[in-house]
Amino acid sequence: MQTISMTFLWTDIMVYLLVTVIVVSVVYIASREHLLAPWRSVFKRRLGMAAFMVLLVYVCIGLLDSIHYTRGDNPEIISLFDDIVVDLRTQEEKSYSAPFATHLFAKEMIELADGSTIRDYPRLQYGGAHLKNPQAEKSTDILKRSVNAVINGLLVWLLLMSLMLAILARRTALRWHEVAGIIWRGEGEYPWKVMAVTLSVITILIFLFTGLAGHYHVLGTDKIGQDVLYQSLKSIRTGLVIGTLTTLFMLPIAISLGIMAGYFRGWVDDVIQYLYTTLNSIPGVLLIAAAVLMLQVYMSNNPDQFGDISSRADARLLFLCLILGITSWTGLCRLLRGEAMKISQVEYIQAATAFGVKHLRIISRHILPNVMHIVLISIVLDFSGLVLAEAVLSYVGVGVDPSTNSWGNMINGARLEMAREPMVWWSLVAAFGFMFLLVLAANLFSDAVRDAFDPRVQRRG
Amino acid sequence: MMAYIIRRTFYAIPILIGVNLLTFVLFFFVNTPDEMARMHLGAKRVTEQAVQKWKEEHGYDKPLTYNPDAQGLASLTDTIFYEKSVRLFVFDFGQSDDGRDIGYDISQRMWPSLAIALPSLLVGLLVNITLSMLLAFFRATYIDLSGVVLGVVLMSISSLFYIIGGQFLMSKLWHLVPISGYDTGVDALKFLLLPVIIGVIGGIGSGTRWYRTIFLEEINRDYVRTARAKGMSELKVLFKHVLKNAMIPILTGVVVVIPLLFIGSLVTEAFFGIPGLGSYTIDAINHQDFSIVRAMVFLGSVLYIIGLVLTDISYTLVDPRIRLE
Repeated sequence: MQTISMTFLWTDIMVYLLVTVIVVSVVYIASREHLLAPWRSVFKRRLGMAAFMVLLVYVCIGLLDSIHYTRGDNPEIISLFDDIVVDLRTQEEKSYSAPFATHLFAKEMIELADGSTIRDYPRLQYGGAHLKNPQAEKSTDILKRSVNAVINGLLVWLLLMSLMLAILARRTALRWHEVAGIIWRGEGEYPWKVMAVTLSVITILIFLFTGLAGHYHVLGTDKIGQDVLYQSLKSIRTGLVIGTLTTLFMLPIAISLGIMAGYFRGWVDDVIQYLYTTLNSIPGVLLIAAAVLMLQVYMSNNPDQFGDISSRADARLLFLCLILGITSWTGLCRLLRGEAMKISQVEYIQAATAFGVKHLRIISRHILPNVMHIVLISIVLDFSGLVLAEAVLSYVGVGVDPSTNSWGNMINGARLEMAREPMVWWSLVAAFGFMFLLVLAANLFSDAVRDAFDPRVQRRG
Repeated sequence: MMAYIIRRTFYAIPILIGVNLLTFVLFFFVNTPDEMARMHLGAKRVTEQAVQKWKEEHGYDKPLTYNPDAQGLASLTDTIFYEKSVRLFVFDFGQSDDGRDIGYDISQRMWPSLAIALPSLLVGLLVNITLSMLLAFFRATYIDLSGVVLGVVLMSISSLFYIIGGQFLMSKLWHLVPISGYDTGVDALKFLLLPVIIGVIGGIGSGTRWYRTIFLEEINRDYVRTARAKGMSELKVLFKHVLKNAMIPILTGVVVVIPLLFIGSLVTEAFFGIPGLGSYTIDAINHQDFSIVRAMVFLGSVLYIIGLVLTDISYTLVDPRIRLE
């Protein structure tokens, strides 16, 4: 039995912190009807619900990938997710191979059994290695495995669906077939039908990938022979970390300064306004580039402060979030300032002041709860932009560490192979695909959140 | 009016001083010139002389903010802060690390940037306004709904995908335009076509979505109802009333970025090999040429502040309700 010792990377700790914050706020919200109502309307929207489920899959992968440990004497830090997809991680080929390929992408000198050499595409070590005659068997094998996976996926889906039906039937005190009818006709309070369809797509996809990934490289391999599917999945954590931790760093500054400026006014307002106008007047990319460059110099001059390579890459990811946070609080701050200004004119605040309530208490009891919807909307709106920004920043050379798995690094690496004939397209397509799905889900979800929370949006029906 | 512009310009000065101080702290306090010299010289064991020589060559061999050896005013002027930061105010950007005059490079490179950014902005504006007016005209129908969904989809695609996809389709598959490069005069046209098209397409999603909300907000106003009640046709209402009033918020968003067009887009220029300021910045980042990055940061903020002033002025030009005091 190997000893497992937990390793806490800096971003892991922040992720755990974030999860704690989210869990606490969910518990808090769940016990208060007036806070729960807008969330209900988010999940009553079909697109909002579907997007949420997709996000949930991403978040699960990201969280599994945030539990790091080392095994025995091996100093390599691996995550729980790495161990789940151990096949993907360890089955490395020599170099590029196309999706579902059984041979390498480029010709090589192969030594035959009789000692002569020919120039041909060598067989892959793992991809389709179980096939005797790939050309004849491959397509039937893939088809067989896919059908198998789809059937398994459907079975699991049916199981989950009957579980859902059972729970619903208990809660509504209706018979099973009545509940099923309600779901089928889309009459329920929540979009159950959309949930069921999304769930079926997700389970079938998971089974398809797991069923095929053990025997083929479903999305091909990259230059050093690493599975592209594995890279794309590992990149999820990076994307999520950038999208969420940045907000975590940005919120305290934006909220405290914004409310202070709007509430106290006078010279406090002047100073804070000056601060954010100054910061805002530097074009974002340039400021980020300058800050990251300085960080690079600092890190290369003081390498001993940051431990080994993976801790260093992790520190750089954390600093990138910090820098993005420091450069992006101005927008929210301005919004909060305006709102706090408006709210502090309202009678109940004047009454509270007249009663001698302390500033801090007025802010925390009256102003903060009334601006939280703006904060929430801006969190979900910023998320997708940050995920997209990561790719651009990595391209510019001021993004995450080159050794970190990220969609930006994948695109950056694959871009250089554009000129190859025929093209190496799978890394690009995989990175763009995974990123697109996450950003689309985040955008749709943020639309639902905005519609539910923004008082200016007219409620339909 | 003139007095307002002058006063507004004066307001910009403290902000510029702030930007200047911020960049100075960022570039000279986070890492001292010694550390930068070591990094540029590369090797692990750099002799003290080599560091001194590098600093001397690049003008970093002075005290940061205060020179106790110099006499009188020179104790303030004979410093890195004065030489490198204060001079930015008169647009004296100094020399890059490989000895070129940054000011000259910028004056040469801003035109290709502008040649891409300006057409992208104008065509994009035209396309986005047209599309969003169409959506507003068909509001609350399936055309509007599918347009909005399509907008979200377009918004969710990475800008890098538009560029790579565009290059692949137009240049590699159809051989319509060269994949990258730049030329002067009329020949530049064939190089500019693709980046401009991609710039426009990349902006359709967010632009149309944003303008659509502006149009819808305007369409629900009372004066529009009055116009309809008078029997005005919907098209006429849209063009004569809604468009004119919606132009005010649209203008704010546009005017502020006009000066920044000179800076160009980092990613687009790097992908298409355009010798503009964007690729200049990227090259500087990759070569860790800090004096260029510093100059660009300062230039960027100056242009942004000019944009803010222009926005205020353009407000009064299009909206007579706003008076400048």
